[in-house]
Amino acid sequence: MSTRLSRGGRLIDRSQAQEFTFNGRRLRGFAGDTLASALLSNDQVLVGRSFKYHRPRGIVASGAEEPNAIMNMGAGGRFEPNQRATTTELFAGLTATSQNHWPSLEFDIGVVNNWLARFLPGGFYYKTFMYPRAAWKHVFEPIIRKSAGLGRAPKEQDGDRYEHAYAFCDVLVAGGGIAGLQAALTAAAAGKRVMLLEQTAQWGGRAPVDGVEIDGAPSDTWVNAAIAALGKMPNVTLRLRCMVAGVYDHGYVLADEKIADHTPGDGRPRHRLWRIRAGKIVAATGAIERPLSFAGNDVPGVMLASAVRDYVVNFGVSAGDRTVVVTNNDDAYRTAIVLAEAGLAVPCIVDARPSVTGDLPARARALGIRVETGKAIASVKGTKRVTGVALCMQEGEGAVLEHIACEAVAMSGGWSPVVHLWSHCGGKLTWDAAQGYFAPDATRPPTGHDGAAMVVAVGAANGAFGVSAVLDDVQAGMRTAGNGSGVETPARRKEDAFKTTEIQPVWIMPQGAGIKLKAKMWLDYQNDVKVSDVQLAAREGYESVEHTKRYTTLGMATDQGKLSNINGLAILADALNAAIPQVGTTTFRPPYTPVPFGALAGESRGDIFQPLRRTPMHEWHEQHGAYFEPVGLWRRPYCFPRGGENHAQAVVREVDNTRGSLGILDASTLGKLIVKGPDAGRFLDMLYTGVMSTLPIGKCRYGLMCNENGFLSDDGVVARIDEDTWLCHTTSGGADRIHAHMEDWLQCEWWDWQVYTANVTEQYAQVAIVGPNARKMLEKIGGMDVSKEALPFMSWADGVLGGFPVRIYRISFSGELSYEITVPASLGLAFWQACHTAGVEFGAMPYGTEALHVMRAEKGFIMIGDETDGTVIPQDLNLAWAISKKKQDYLGKRGQERSFLVRADRWKLAGFETLDGTVVPDGAYILAEGVNDNGQRNTQGRVTSTYYSPTLKRGIALGLVLGGLDRIGDVVSFNTVTGGKLEARVVDPVFYDKDGAKQNV
Amino acid sequence: MSDPVSALGQMSYHGFAMVQEIGPLGMISLRAKPDVAGLVEVIWSVIGTALPTQRRIEVAGDTAIAWMSPDEYLLILPYDQTGPALAALAAALKSQHYLAVAVSDARAVFRITGVKADQVIAKLAPVDLDSMAVDEVRRTRVAQVAAAFWREGDGFTLVCFRSVAVYVMGLLTHSAMEGSELR
Repeated sequence: MSTRLSRGGRLIDRSQAQEFTFNGRRLRGFAGDTLASALLSNDQVLVGRSFKYHRPRGIVASGAEEPNAIMNMGAGGRFEPNQRATTTELFAGLTATSQNHWPSLEFDIGVVNNWLARFLPGGFYYKTFMYPRAAWKHVFEPIIRKSAGLGRAPKEQDGDRYEHAYAFCDVLVAGGGIAGLQAALTAAAAGKRVMLLEQTAQWGGRAPVDGVEIDGAPSDTWVNAAIAALGKMPNVTLRLRCMVAGVYDHGYVLADEKIADHTPGDGRPRHRLWRIRAGKIVAATGAIERPLSFAGNDVPGVMLASAVRDYVVNFGVSAGDRTVVVTNNDDAYRTAIVLAEAGLAVPCIVDARPSVTGDLPARARALGIRVETGKAIASVKGTKRVTGVALCMQEGEGAVLEHIACEAVAMSGGWSPVVHLWSHCGGKLTWDAAQGYFAPDATRPPTGHDGAAMVVAVGAANGAFGVSAVLDDVQAGMRTAGNGSGVETPARRKEDAFKTTEIQPVWIMPQGAGIKLKAKMWLDYQNDVKVSDVQLAAREGYESVEHTKRYTTLGMATDQGKLSNINGLAILADALNAAIPQVGTTTFRPPYTPVPFGALAGESRGDIFQPLRRTPMHEWHEQHGAYFEPVGLWRRPYCFPRGGENHAQAVVREVDNTRGSLGILDASTLGKLIVKGPDAGRFLDMLYTGVMSTLPIGKCRYGLMCNENGFLSDDGVVARIDEDTWLCHTTSGGADRIHAHMEDWLQCEWWDWQVYTANVTEQYAQVAIVGPNARKMLEKIGGMDVSKEALPFMSWADGVLGGFPVRIYRISFSGELSYEITVPASLGLAFWQACHTAGVEFGAMPYGTEALHVMRAEKGFIMIGDETDGTVIPQDLNLAWAISKKKQDYLGKRGQERSFLVRADRWKLAGFETLDGTVVPDGAYILAEGVNDNGQRNTQGRVTSTYYSPTLKRGIALGLVLGGLDRIGDVVSFNTVTGGKLEARVVDPVFYDKDGAKQNV
Repeated sequence: MSDPVSALGQMSYHGFAMVQEIGPLGMISLRAKPDVAGLVEVIWSVIGTALPTQRRIEVAGDTAIAWMSPDEYLLILPYDQTGPALAALAAALKSQHYLAVAVSDARAVFRITGVKADQVIAKLAPVDLDSMAVDEVRRTRVAQVAAAFWREGDGFTLVCFRSVAVYVMGLLTHSAMEGSELR
């Protein structure tokens, strides 16, 4: 039985009981517990099932490395799967359920996989589901997905909020143990801006649990003094519950702060993602204890020795009355001593080393604990919890010497430095054969912009174990990192007196174990990867550690191999008969532990998921029932449905009303770029295919812009404002892009030309007054002469209209009499409303972008993005008239002369009328005879714009077709999605008012 | 004629800092090299300050001029003074290469005030506020859109494009919510 002890627990507050539920059962813990310690205190040893064999799984660790106690946490909008119980702080009302089992944790049908284990070796999926190919998609994958998977995917929208925060510092210290605190003190004393981040809720790391003394006092005293000192320094930022997730180039660091995980619903953001730019990063991330590979090392109740110790000291929780300690090093003796001192039984310390003479073993022996050297565990008894262990000789093959009854096994295979932050940006590692771990190689650090080391690892993360070594290592590390050494290192450290016996790396226990035992030695608890699987992979030719990882799924679980990595590659190295450093490690990638998607998204959700651009009239549109469509980041009214109209009916009405009387369009999104300077004319002549320098003041001219390759990029009407100023209209989506295009050429290529540009798109609201009654309406508003004589087609004028300062452009994108009127945006809504008031007697109606599109298509006007797709040149669209023949050069001219762009068989623009009057489907191709080499139908063109024309009362389309206008009169076939054909006649692309009489009245 | 209306009608939010959309505020985008003849003089007469140096803003009462790039300045002045100021610039720089356009209506302006105002900005803009000088102006981004800001009084003045005023107000509101203080 695991239970709460009557005394002890430095982190819990026994006066504050907290109720929580696990799998629907109401349980009780104390404030300060983790979910893991609270579960253990309620004898909940079994906490989940493994991924593949559904074997019973118990809590193994006490921190971020936990592979087994992975929970579905919370409910509804706060449901989150795959949360580690060991890092979840208990709070009253917490609900958790275990994962990966059906129908229940106690009785799991998936455990049948366990009995079939010998048919499910490493690489099983790859080998089994190869053939037939179709079966994978329809049979195997759905079944595997159903039985596999860890937690459930959340079904509801996240009920919490998240945010980002930017921070800058000279020195970022990751880890708030002794090493991190001392590093922060050192850097802070040198005047550096310091951020000290600790992933747990407490400072001090392992030192208080391990009984470390500094300066003659328990480490707690030193830790508290250090925090008090740091807290007073204005150049220091301290953050608990803040996990450094990743180190990126140029000292960029991401850290995930858990703000309200333990206080859900208190209104604070749940997590905050810190985006930090650090001068130097100090990795004081400590070390993780390694499991030992013995048969049955996955039975619930087998735990890391350090975790057993943590639960007793920090939470007053025992894993069992009788705990067998199994080890290959001195450190695990601390666990035995802690247990004995807590009044618990340690029937035996099983030590694989032949002889043990250190101070800690001496203390254990003095406490009367039996120490068996040269021994190993042959097997663990029990299925859902440990009932005992069988002992054997470490040097043997596993012949059982004796059975020892116990409830828990505390194992220690030594400690591995947490090198993740060192490695994220390319820091290299060296293999320490004596200690059996990879440690940072200080001669090959990750480097920053200046080629100097960007990360320095200190303390246990650098392979320095014991408080003396840690403090000395911090001093050395900080000095080399150039972060000062202004702080006296505490001199007197109790451990200085310790004599230790060297660790003896043990990768298999016992070393001569046969296949039967090795098939029960777990390396990766979550993914069920055993010693035998890695050895099988090696036999099958997987020599690369990266390949073996993927083949066996070793280290691919949610814990990312924090426990299994070193053991696994040691087994692989042995199987390949290679040295461990030759095999190497898999890549350490961010994040160190999982970061919620919510934290990564930050504030970007709901209304502020994405910036939506709104014109000054946007609210009016919303109030008048507009149906919006995205145009770049703008939202523009697609149409304004009235009564019970559907969108298609609304569009027909808007077109008919505009052509018949008067339509009003919000054209504010139209791009407006001012180009001014002595060289502005020459500049525009280079940018546009036509000539803009000769445009008279007061006049407008349509222009095309191409990119350097000759492909059509943007179009619009250019107005000459004064001697050296032009205003260029761009497409709504193209304003920023074309402005950048202009600045690119001005700053990088023609830097000596005297031209300035300004994007004034948003300075003005723009309203298009369109239709045969447009002039009458403006005359009614009054204030300017808008007659044909005073303001002819393709000209502009400034003035005051109905009291509004305006500029009127006589341009038309619809083929009707049309005025486009700009007013300062601050007056946009008022002017818009004034237009509607004045338009009442003419039956004026607002129209949307779809009516705009239909009307321009009826006129055969091209639309950038419809008729163009980045592969179309102006010549394809019969726009040669807009290309100057006289100019020596313009952007795209040379590109357009390339052989394949001047070929006679390029598809060219034409109009299409379906024979039956229906509408050609969007994206349809024009069929040609025969099939190509791939057996696909040959084509000779495609549709680019297709609409129902309310004016012609039939389907019309623009498209590119082989032969272009030469094909007029031909009947061609468009394909349809259903495999049919739709016949259409090639016609002139100007369907309506070919002579332009209506726009020129 | 109607009165000019700012993007959000001076909407405000009280969190751990106060956020308010202000305006309309007069603004002129001036493109000119600092050594253009007559520039220094006309800025003295229109704004009442010297030309700002790199990344600085010069303030004189309700007028100011901010450095935007090696050949761009932002003039800030009361809304109804942009016309006269543009005329003054045109007269003074008549034969010079320059460009001056009103951008008052193209912008939304926010005030973020209170002792923790900097924390609102720190959540949105990748700017080291601790090392930002008192008279410094930063062109940067807030979350996904372009913005510029500078210190003023007990907080910051932030300028963004008018079309994204609702988005920026949403950002500032979210970032200023009680309980999410950084310190």
